Amino acid sequence: MYVATKGGESAIEATHELIAEERRGDTTVPELGTDQVRNQLGRAVDRVMTEGSLYDPDLASLAIKQAQGDMVEAIFLLRAFRTTLPRFGAAEPLDTSKMIIRRRISAAFKDIPGGQILGPTYDYTHRLLDFDLVKEGANATSAPEATATEQTMPRVTDILGAEGLMQAENREEIEAEPFDLGRQPMSFPANRDQRLQNLFRGDEGFVLALGYATQRGYGRNHPFVGEIRMGFVEVEFTPPELGFTISIGEIEVTECQMINQFTGTKDIQPMFTRGYGLAFGQSERKTMAMALVDRALKASELGEDRDHPPQDEEFVLAHSDNVEAAGFVSHLKLPHYVDFQSELSLLRGLREDALSTQDKEAAE
Amino acid sequence: MNSRAFHSVDGTYNFAYLDEQTKRMIRRTLLKAIAVPGYQVPFGGREMPMAYGWGTGGIQITASIIGRDDTLKVIDQGADDTTNAVSIRRFFRRVAGVQTTEETSKATLIQTRHRIPEKQLTEKQILVYQVPQPEPLWKLEPREVETRKLHAYSEYGLMHVKLYEDISRHGEIITTYDYPVEVNARHIMSPSPIPKFDNPKMAMMPALQLFGAGREKRIYAIPPYTRVRSLDFDDHPFKPQRFDKPCALCGAEEVFLDEVILDDKGDHMFVCSDSDHCRERRAAGHTGSRASDAADMGFVPTEGLN
Amino acid sequence: MNALLEAQSVGHSYAGGQLGCEDVSFRLYPGEVLGVVGESGSGKSTLLGCLSGMIEPSQGSVRFDAGGQGLRDVFSLSEPERRLLMRTDWGIVRQNPRDGLRMNVSAGGNVGERLMAVGARNYTEIRGEALDWLTRVEIPSGRIDDLPRTFSGGMQQRVQIARILVSKPRLVFMDEPTGGLDVSVQARLLDLLRGLVRDLGVAAVVVTHDLAVVRLLSDRLMVMRQGRVVESGLTDQVLDDPQHPYSQLLVSSVLQA
Ligand SMILES: Nc1ncnc2c1ncn2[C@@H]1O[C@H](COP(=O)(O)OP(=O)(O)OP(=O)(O)O)[C@@H](O)[C@H]1O
Ligand SMILES: [Mg+2]
Repeated sequence: MYVATKGGESAIEATHELIAEERRGDTTVPELGTDQVRNQLGRAVDRVMTEGSLYDPDLASLAIKQAQGDMVEAIFLLRAFRTTLPRFGAAEPLDTSKMIIRRRISAAFKDIPGGQILGPTYDYTHRLLDFDLVKEGANATSAPEATATEQTMPRVTDILGAEGLMQAENREEIEAEPFDLGRQPMSFPANRDQRLQNLFRGDEGFVLALGYATQRGYGRNHPFVGEIRMGFVEVEFTPPELGFTISIGEIEVTECQMINQFTGTKDIQPMFTRGYGLAFGQSERKTMAMALVDRALKASELGEDRDHPPQDEEFVLAHSDNVEAAGFVSHLKLPHYVDFQSELSLLRGLREDALSTQDKEAAE
Repeated sequence: MNSRAFHSVDGTYNFAYLDEQTKRMIRRTLLKAIAVPGYQVPFGGREMPMAYGWGTGGIQITASIIGRDDTLKVIDQGADDTTNAVSIRRFFRRVAGVQTTEETSKATLIQTRHRIPEKQLTEKQILVYQVPQPEPLWKLEPREVETRKLHAYSEYGLMHVKLYEDISRHGEIITTYDYPVEVNARHIMSPSPIPKFDNPKMAMMPALQLFGAGREKRIYAIPPYTRVRSLDFDDHPFKPQRFDKPCALCGAEEVFLDEVILDDKGDHMFVCSDSDHCRERRAAGHTGSRASDAADMGFVPTEGLN
Repeated sequence: MNALLEAQSVGHSYAGGQLGCEDVSFRLYPGEVLGVVGESGSGKSTLLGCLSGMIEPSQGSVRFDAGGQGLRDVFSLSEPERRLLMRTDWGIVRQNPRDGLRMNVSAGGNVGERLMAVGARNYTEIRGEALDWLTRVEIPSGRIDDLPRTFSGGMQQRVQIARILVSKPRLVFMDEPTGGLDVSVQARLLDLLRGLVRDLGVAAVVVTHDLAVVRLLSDRLMVMRQGRVVESGLTDQVLDDPQHPYSQLLVSSVLQA
């Protein structure tokens, strides 16, 4: 209201102080260090890096601390920082076949070259609260040396590909200059690079729900987990001034390749098609969901019916970004009294009209 | 508007926050937008340190065209002292160190949400609108692939179907804000959620009007002195809102008024939505019916708040 | 007289290799009504799709004379030209009225849309025309502001027809216009259609598997089977003296029924 918004400036300052105080909380409790966040809340850091689309565990940890653990807020902080960074160019495609693997499983084959490696996973834990964790220092057990194997392992989908059973990726699309979601507006119809970038940084909850919907019949695509692999890959870059490729570091990623049935058409032979998911760090749930949705979005190019939301690229891609979504939902908090005043006058006018017609009718 | 200076006041970010490459990209987009009035030009909108929906489109335009010599005014709902207007003004003071003002006539650049100032703008001013949904056809057709065609081929019959439905059901067009306009006899455009009261001000305005939609990543423009027509039927012409009372504080007529609730017994009064306009009139000695109790109610002039 | 629409060896196969229709040729003249009959799956809807610009045929050509400019290939028109054609010279009556109506717009708005699409901007006149057309298709004037979903199937179909005829198209495509309606409603609708088609002099292509429909509406008839035209000629001639064994079967099965 008119009166209440006076003095906005001092109110804004006061609220900044208030959240700083709340963030710190009870000062008799030691302050949380960003190194603690990074080391002990790794999955949170991974998610913030993925959806913030910036691989920097330190900054992601800072964002989580600053946002008091509010993940969408932390993602927003990281994104807003990311836009101010200069851009040198696009890296070479990650070669996940050369991944130094920590975990690797296939649900399609029992035995795969290189073997199945369970690695760190919550899959087979019983979800019982572990009250030992309440006590500090209780968890000093050392796991059996979980060394990453140096041996590279072929990707299951490549093995199928060699036999011609797996749909090959479109070479033209691979070689073209990649779309850059951070710099270019979305455009429809969207190419695969745009779709994958969008899903990569799409909200985990949203992508998960859409992926789940495909399993429940809203755009079924008969998925098998060809392979999930998690580990470290090298990032390579070719600086134009050098003209040759150099390694600029190593990042941890999770990759999921779904194998989906496709019965073929007149022009396309029956074969398996791919749903692809990738995320920074250890983000298995996100990559699996992403792979399901990626495959669902191929419906139109494969000549399949497009009857369900997960197959509708305008629906999926335009609503996946939680920074956009959270912003637009929260903007309803901003004053709308000019619009509301207009609606108010209109409503009063319409009611008056209705009443006077009633009166007239009553008089007749 | 130049931006020779490359450092913001606090030294951390570039002048006006955005890097020069991005500003150039946005200025190129603006040129295209001005060349095709009312056409929505897609642009590589950046994440800003404010939430989407809170003016990021307008802020990016302002950041791209503001220079050290500019004087910036920011309003939300017509007022300079609403929290988001204050917040955006602070942002530019911090990252660009520019002069800010609440006086419409002193501003060279005005960023607005939901209003056009009452005072006639001049050729020396630029008005930047914050736009939540740039597509005027979105309620009728949510698909961009289709709306793009509708604009490209001028297939605008659908827009009139909406107006037809209003009249047949309510006897009048009930769209009261974000009332669609036709620009330069070609493109149908959303004026942003300004009240339709403000629509006539857009036509033949001497100032350049720029529109930024951050989340939807679209920029569009109305060059100075361009025809802007609010859609209507020949026999149901466009009618802006009218208020039957003048402003209770400054006595202004023919202005857009806010309703202020005074107590829980339903006492209320109507005052100028444009707070600077009201202040200026009161300073010049105009009074309204309740001007005398204005001070008691906290309606002090707002100078010095910056 | 010059032909309005000309099909030359039109054929279409679907993505899965499925044959839709094959080698269909004919000419349609202004004011003439062509019936297309055949059993389910014989390619009638596919052919209609090709003729009306909705399915690009894999073989042959479809040419239309838009506004006396001579025959032009429908699929070489630019997209805006083709879209313009669809909302001016052409009208497509869909089998399911839900596909041809805007379900969230009143009956009056539905009928008025095509007028507004070509620039009508006088509310009273648009409403007057809408009312006139709704009356002609026997929708009570009091229901002009109701939404189509509050109408019965037959009424929806009539609103759809009014919506198309209001812009005085020169050619109307109808796919099973009386499908899904009970017999008495069908008969009234057919009566109405016959009157309108004759009064306005519009040409029409009417697809149906109901011989009663073509007997009432069409001047000429094509019988389709497995994607091909097996017999064509004047309606009475084909129905009273069918030559092809399949046409004979078709006619006799109706007579027996
Ligand atoms: N979208 C499609 N994809 C693949 N095949 C199709 C498709 N639509 C139709 N067909 C096939 O084309 C052939 C002709 O179908 P069409 O719909 O034209 O028949 P119809 O004569 O209209 O039948 P009905 O009287 O049942 O409506 C059929 O074999 C059908 O299976
Ligand atoms: Mg059919």
